[in-house]
Amino acid sequence: MLDAAAVLDFGKVTDRSSSLLPLEIEALCYQVGERRLIDRLDLRVDAGPVTVVMGANGAGKSLLLRLMHGILTSSSGRITWGGRELDQDVRRRQALVFQRPVLLRRSVAANIDFVLRQRGTGSRERRQQLLACAGLAHLAKQAARALSGGEQQRLALVRALAIEPAVLLLDEPTANLDPAATAAIEQIVRDVHRSGTKIIFVTHDLGQARRLADEVVFLHRGQVVEQTPAERFFDQPRSSQARDYLAGRIVI
Amino acid sequence: MQDFGQAIVLALHLVLAGNADLMEIVGLSLKVSLTAVFASCLIGLPLGAVLAISSFRGRGIVLVLLNALMGLPPVVVGLIVYLFLSNAGPLGWLRLLYSPAAMIIAQAVLITPIIAALSRQVIEELHDEYAEQFRSLCVSLPSAVAALIWDGRYSLVTVALAGFGRAVAEVGAVMIVGGNIDHLTRVMTTAIALETSKGDLALALGLGMVLMVMALVINAAVMALRLTAARFAYA
Amino acid sequence: MLFTRTLSRAACALVFTFAASAAPGGDKSIIVQSTTSTANSGLYDEILPMFQDKTGIRVDVVAVGTGQAIKNAMNGDGDVLLVHAKPAEEKFVADGFGVERFDVMYNDFVIVGPSSDPAGIRGMQDAKAALKKIAGSKALFASRGDNSGTHKKEVALWKAAGIDPTGASGTWYRETGSGMGATLNTASGMSAYTLTDRGTWISFKNRGDLRILAEGDADLFNQYGVILVNPAKHPHVKADLGQAFIDWILSDAGQNAIAGYKLEGQQLFFPNARR
Repeated sequence: MLDAAAVLDFGKVTDRSSSLLPLEIEALCYQVGERRLIDRLDLRVDAGPVTVVMGANGAGKSLLLRLMHGILTSSSGRITWGGRELDQDVRRRQALVFQRPVLLRRSVAANIDFVLRQRGTGSRERRQQLLACAGLAHLAKQAARALSGGEQQRLALVRALAIEPAVLLLDEPTANLDPAATAAIEQIVRDVHRSGTKIIFVTHDLGQARRLADEVVFLHRGQVVEQTPAERFFDQPRSSQARDYLAGRIVI
Repeated sequence: MQDFGQAIVLALHLVLAGNADLMEIVGLSLKVSLTAVFASCLIGLPLGAVLAISSFRGRGIVLVLLNALMGLPPVVVGLIVYLFLSNAGPLGWLRLLYSPAAMIIAQAVLITPIIAALSRQVIEELHDEYAEQFRSLCVSLPSAVAALIWDGRYSLVTVALAGFGRAVAEVGAVMIVGGNIDHLTRVMTTAIALETSKGDLALALGLGMVLMVMALVINAAVMALRLTAARFAYA
Repeated sequence: MLFTRTLSRAACALVFTFAASAAPGGDKSIIVQSTTSTANSGLYDEILPMFQDKTGIRVDVVAVGTGQAIKNAMNGDGDVLLVHAKPAEEKFVADGFGVERFDVMYNDFVIVGPSSDPAGIRGMQDAKAALKKIAGSKALFASRGDNSGTHKKEVALWKAAGIDPTGASGTWYRETGSGMGATLNTASGMSAYTLTDRGTWISFKNRGDLRILAEGDADLFNQYGVILVNPAKHPHVKADLGQAFIDWILSDAGQNAIAGYKLEGQQLFFPNARR
């Protein structure tokens, strides 16, 4: 596999994420009917560290990720990226990788080309580089949906990189993958981070969080209950909910 | 019942002898209906895709209307197209009445609602899957429409086939706007109607069988294409 | 990819054929609005090639009921009208839609019915009397009911017989609203009497139990007329070509061609152009 950092660098400014960050969220609410799934949530995420969002099922991790990416609209509250409202221009500089890769019913290469064309930056070389980075160059002509689960998610990941995002959002991308495929994804994510891209990674896999996180944001019932550097979080979490979660107790 | 036996013999004879008149009629049928399907797809597929993707006030009403239009009687379509294309009508100056072009227009009007309504369903399902990814990538509406049509192509071929089936089988519209003129606008269905009115039921039935075989071959070909596609996991 | 190639090729082929079919033909042709009875008899297949050989003009025949043919011609959707309903034709000319009406040929109507002949009209000559017997016995009668030349003739005969059968519509009097062939199919299917022109009858193949039961009345005379659609009303009418067709069909050559058309040994139409 080609180093994703090398692919992304391209002689551009190393810290591409700086202008979009910090991400600031104030009193964010997301309501479905009477149920408030995100409840007056406040959060500030700075450039630099790999931010891992954790929490039990239903804590609002995936919702939060979609709200900060702008593919869901909040009921109330405020989200700003580097002081700017969440407009089309801001959104175009972020990419989101879903738990289930949504691949077009086309060849592997055509999946990359589609995104490159969206940004008007299509070139064969660029596509081949991205595929090499996912270790999929030899499968370029295959139907994307005929790939294995791990291959599909790697493709979805490098396809997200095709837009050269300043911020890469990942929503439990390895939840359905085996350990080898998971390791491959994590390696690419680390490389991407090294190139200066901000990573916000949702997971409920403790091992994965330990391997990747520089800081952990812990959600409980639609609120941030703690935001702690990784080295401290796993040993001495401040909140009782996080302590219970780490201890494997049921958190209600 | 003797007509059936006679019809089969006649149909075989017509086909095997390569009857020139029959070939001309079959050729025109195919040309008119395939062109109509092609034109309907150019309009109906994007329309169906836009309706599948977008939400606006009155969308429900539009969908009900569209579904209702699927049941348009061919004779009514023929009459409306006739009134437009007639020399006394607003488009009379085009001089299209009693030409294959007029028949193509009538059939296209007839099946565009079918193509649009059925493709709306197909594309809506696909869009449910793609919607978040597209929103994440900030894909514009035209790009999304094109991508959904392209990715749904193997299902949409079936939609086109439904349109083709309706077009090639209808007689009411082409009879009125085509005039069933020998060697100019006579197609399978109008020829069948003509032979029936001459009381030559065996020949009419024979022609009907040729039409059915034609439809069968086309359907089988499309099915084979879909199966191939499914094997390569594009569908 | 397989699909792309197939699709684009098909698209190209279609566009080309469409362009070819939509392009206005350079050849000379006219549209004749005529009746199903003449077209179904096969007369045009016989005589039109002769005309085309001589003049190079192709004649495209639209065969519909006389009523619709006249309506179409009033809309200017045709160059020549050749139908069989004299009063309606004369009105068409008087209203300025046609230039002039000429007699072309005639045949006659016959009353056909089931061989069991429940109304007992076999061998009758008097059409009015035959209709009276049919009405009296309430035997099934299939009417065109489509405002065609044949239908107009039938209505006139009922009127002359002093009967209004429309009151019985749906009972013994059945209006098919269809062409001659379809009505004969219906009559054959339900063993009904009906009025048909002799040309359609001779060429009709699905007679079943039907026989000619009454014929030979002067009232059953069926005159065909030809009219050039008025170019003053519809400027695009191909007056020269249409007139050439009318001149030919009224000429010795055309009249002999009509007389020469035989089906199963019988002459179907009798030319009677006055010159």
